[in-house]
Amino acid sequence: MSRISPKITEKIAKLFLWSAAIFTIGALIFVISFVLAGGLKHISWAFLTQPILDMGREGGILPAIVGTIFMVFVAIGIAAPLGVASAIYLAEYTREGKVTQAIRFGINCLAGVPSIIFGLFGFILFVVMLGFGWSILSGGLSLSAMILPTVIRTAEEALRAVPASYRDVAASLGATRWQVVTRSVLPYALPGILTGVILGIGRSIEETAVVIFTAGSAVQMPTSLFDSSRTMAVHFYILAREGISNDMAYATAAVLIITILVINVSAYTMMHRLTKGRRA
Amino acid sequence: MSAITCKELNFYYGNFHALKGVNLNVSEKRITALIGPSGCGKSTLLRVFNRMNDLIIGSRAAGDVKIFGEQILGDGVELTGLRKRVGMVFQRPNPFPLSVFENVAYGPRIHGLKRGGGLERTVRECLESVGLWNDLKDHLKENALSLSGEQQQRLCIARTVATRPDILLMDEPCSALDPQATARIEELMQDLKSNYTILIVTHNMQQAARVSDDCGFMLMGELVEFGDTNRIFTAPADKRTEDYITGRYG
Repeated sequence: MSRISPKITEKIAKLFLWSAAIFTIGALIFVISFVLAGGLKHISWAFLTQPILDMGREGGILPAIVGTIFMVFVAIGIAAPLGVASAIYLAEYTREGKVTQAIRFGINCLAGVPSIIFGLFGFILFVVMLGFGWSILSGGLSLSAMILPTVIRTAEEALRAVPASYRDVAASLGATRWQVVTRSVLPYALPGILTGVILGIGRSIEETAVVIFTAGSAVQMPTSLFDSSRTMAVHFYILAREGISNDMAYATAAVLIITILVINVSAYTMMHRLTKGRRA
Repeated sequence: MSAITCKELNFYYGNFHALKGVNLNVSEKRITALIGPSGCGKSTLLRVFNRMNDLIIGSRAAGDVKIFGEQILGDGVELTGLRKRVGMVFQRPNPFPLSVFENVAYGPRIHGLKRGGGLERTVRECLESVGLWNDLKDHLKENALSLSGEQQQRLCIARTVATRPDILLMDEPCSALDPQATARIEELMQDLKSNYTILIVTHNMQQAARVSDDCGFMLMGELVEFGDTNRIFTAPADKRTEDYITGRYG
């Protein structure tokens, strides 16, 4: 049997890789345009600014938008500092050993836990035991537990990607460990850390299971962190699942997708400005 | 006066015995070179003096090392203070990806000097002392990575002297530079000698002969011979030193 010539193998490989990339991007574009095509025509100023009426058949989605923003703020406000601090500890303040391996194993396990388990965990801990009830606070706390592994892992990778020579030089100039971290490591790891935070924001926005379990699905406008509220994702889920209104469901999904796009684009632009002249 | 005195220094990386009973006196305001083949322990010895080896897991030093009379081994030593006094220039030019100004200002800033509190003057003086001021005074805001290799290494020296150290440790500071740049950095070392005690590690014997006043030859973790550079290169006392400088190995 004759061997296939390397030239032909090369061509086949190229074709295969190219189609894989095209297929991936195509699927993404298809989903986005499908949702936008179904939803954009129902989006109006009123839709964005009116309360939810008749379980979502009428009115708008303002309470869901507000609920989403509040919950994501709580989730990121807790997960980002906690996650980055854990990553700094793992990458900069401790040496590789049994303890770090155990911590890292735990983080990886957590990253693989289905979100509904975090919902159950949040329900038991925050809603029942701590008595926060179905609320934005419970929802945000549960979401922060869910995204914490992602934030820690990406932040740790970003920290480890900073050249060792920056640390050596800073230390050789008499910098303390904290000065080394804050002046010579964090600024260069920031883009990677922000990527993790953005991923976390995205996952919080699109999450339904955790939010239904821990924040409930109230349609009223939330006025405090202890109010129950629904996020856009939950609103969409209920509208579609209970057959309340397909048009409203599509419109909500469209707003959801646009929100995520806007957050991504603005976060990366901000990051680009922030790190200008600091990139190695 | 001795800037560095080293008595019966032993150093280990885990089970590897990297420095074996090193005794050494480095005189103040002179250039002292450490030569020897790769892996002989010369860089390890250099990094004992600013405790940079501490960053390596499983490393351990035993013995007696004094900098201007102060013991620097042991747990009680304040490393930030030690490293402020004993500056280091690395093998590859490694400026931070910051502006020229911020690179030099880095050390003074971490030790509490602020803009308006003399920081500008310090940066200027340091750039002058390494011969970069005239070239770069209008480019202080430029990214240091846009400089040439030689300028980058000069900048790194300026960054090191900015913390006002007494001793400069140089770990093969010219190995990433071309011969002309090397010659100019060697000239700079001669200029700096009046203010600093310089300890340089080099695998380039000609450089050691050209630049240093005292010279030590190391082999397999031992300091085989130490003394006046001219004497070492013209009349080595030890057969191994002679073999090395005549190019029989290394």
